Amino acid sequence: MAEISFRQVLNDTLREEMQRDENVFLMGEEIGNFEGSYKITAGLLKEFGSKRVVDTPIAENGFVGMAVGAAMLGLRPVVEIMTFNFIALAIDEILNHAAKIYYMFGGQTPVPMVIRTPGGGGQQLSATHSQNLEAWFAHIPGLQVVAPSTPGDARGLLRTAIRNNNPVLFLEHLALYNAKGEVPEGDYTIPFGQAKVTKEGKDLTVISYSRKAAIAYEVASRFERENKLSVEVVDIRSLRPLDRETLVNSVKKTGRAIIFEEDWRSYGVGAEIVATLQEDAFDYLDAPIKRVASVEVPLPYSKPLELAALTGAQELEDAINDLAPRRRRR
Amino acid sequence: MSTEQQKRPDERDVTVKRKSMSRVVTLPKDEDRDTLVDYYSQMLLVRRFEEKSAEMYNKARIGGYCHLNLGEEATVVGFCAGLGPKDYVYTNYREHGYAICRGISTKTIMAELFGRETGCSRGRGGSMHLFSLEHRLLGGYAIVGGQIPLAVGAAFAIAYRGSDEVVVCQMGDGTTNGGPFFESLNLAKIHKLPIVFFIVNNQYGMGMPAEKGSAVPELYRKGHAFDMLSERVDGNDVLAVRDAMRRAVNVARGQHEPVLLEAVSYRLKGHSVIDPDRYRDEEEVKRGRAQDPIPTFARHLLEARLIDEQGLDEIEQQVEREVEEAVRFAEESPFPPIESLMDYIYAPDNFEPERR
Repeated sequence: MAEISFRQVLNDTLREEMQRDENVFLMGEEIGNFEGSYKITAGLLKEFGSKRVVDTPIAENGFVGMAVGAAMLGLRPVVEIMTFNFIALAIDEILNHAAKIYYMFGGQTPVPMVIRTPGGGGQQLSATHSQNLEAWFAHIPGLQVVAPSTPGDARGLLRTAIRNNNPVLFLEHLALYNAKGEVPEGDYTIPFGQAKVTKEGKDLTVISYSRKAAIAYEVASRFERENKLSVEVVDIRSLRPLDRETLVNSVKKTGRAIIFEEDWRSYGVGAEIVATLQEDAFDYLDAPIKRVASVEVPLPYSKPLELAALTGAQELEDAINDLAPRRRRR
Repeated sequence: MSTEQQKRPDERDVTVKRKSMSRVVTLPKDEDRDTLVDYYSQMLLVRRFEEKSAEMYNKARIGGYCHLNLGEEATVVGFCAGLGPKDYVYTNYREHGYAICRGISTKTIMAELFGRETGCSRGRGGSMHLFSLEHRLLGGYAIVGGQIPLAVGAAFAIAYRGSDEVVVCQMGDGTTNGGPFFESLNLAKIHKLPIVFFIVNNQYGMGMPAEKGSAVPELYRKGHAFDMLSERVDGNDVLAVRDAMRRAVNVARGQHEPVLLEAVSYRLKGHSVIDPDRYRDEEEVKRGRAQDPIPTFARHLLEARLIDEQGLDEIEQQVEREVEEAVRFAEESPFPPIESLMDYIYAPDNFEPERR
């Protein structure tokens, strides 16, 4: 299997899907001439022309709504929102239109569209450019939200997102774009609603997604190498629909769980997972579930303050050590 | 106001003089008698349907909000008469009349208002969310301005595929003060899309007079900011609205240029059925009602000898019969089964549009 970067895999997948289906087209700010703020769409304007790689003005409400309307007539728009933060300007078209049209009109017209956008903080981009708002969208029936942590998953999930007949929020991460990983050959897809156990373990489970799932995998691998603890990592990959079964089965096995998430703690993705576990795995829990999430503050600019607000590998390690059983499971 | 102060040497010309308003209305010679009578029937059907909707709402047969086209019938009928059968329509939540005039049966519309499975949105949408793919009404939308970017997207899809339909997007006067309106006009213009933005200026956004909410009281002028062909038309004149729509649709279809139309109309009653309408000046309401397009058009037809009193009575009876049948159909239709609550949240991979 070839090692390919996240950025390259997204670019390749978009190209292949556009070649495969004439109805697939891209739209967003600076995705054409400028080749994308993060170069995900590099080369695609040249290859497909301005009909299918549509540079939009800075008008998220307008062009996201436009994508919804185009999808109603059977096109398959893939919209890039430059950063996750800017999606707030388009939320009415996502919440009240994309997510409602199929249901509200009695199943007469689906809305097959994808919104791709990178989240993530930590590059001194400060308060308005560093937010992780996935819980807003995972809350909404009618939407699907996926957040891959590896290039291989990104390829399979993006294919599913584009071929699916419903609106999908495909969440990327700024800090993962250069990450490389193995990408299987062939036209594989990954169904939504399937979590992946990226690392098997016995002592406790770390549940995560997107970049944090990648960090969790590294931390768990280190614990294993150092023969400290056997940590299982579950990458949920799909926030809505959520694969409750895989999470619950993992916790039934280990009896302990940590949710490692980049959004704010209160009302966040972790809160939903904790609720799921207490509903379906209550009798198997040997300790209270922990959440390792971002500090609840608008992200500050100044580096020391920013570092204090973000959580990373160290916080996860501390939580693991804190939660670990006194006697290891065999 | 293209028909005002125009007089033709044609014997069908009708001069209407009233204390409040003196104007000459023309029924052009080349108009087909049956077409004109049909416009009248449609306007009356919308009127009676809406009156019945209010009655059924007050009897709690209809829930939620219920916004009526009362007073806007000439605008509604002219709007639809100017379109081709393959053209797409997006509207706001005050859309019963548009659904009727696009040819959706009054039975399935009333059934939708009653929340029944036989409704045109299977009872999932209600009064504000009528839809029929078959009739190319791509939805009534209840978030002010939300439908405009969608309509632009539909026009984008038409241009993308190189087909020759036009999208027409109806909205109220208050909508023109919000961001989605301006973003949409800009997007439509830069992409040269086949779309007509159609503002129904019924002079009130709920209780706010249009000129108080908009820095520019002539709403069509907002199109000028985008170098868009823009026109204002008398919304009480069904032929003027139809002709303006035809011109606009021709430009949109032929030149792939967006067009903006403003029809000045008057809302005869409150914002919705539950609004007692206490905030408007009595004299003003009286003046507005004096321009009621339905009796005016009936008088024109009579005076042009295109119909007699008996003919009008027959239309009245036919319309009332249809509305009664719509209510009966709705009453007798089943509610959606509870087991279907979770249907239609997500479309299946093998989705095929059905014809209903």
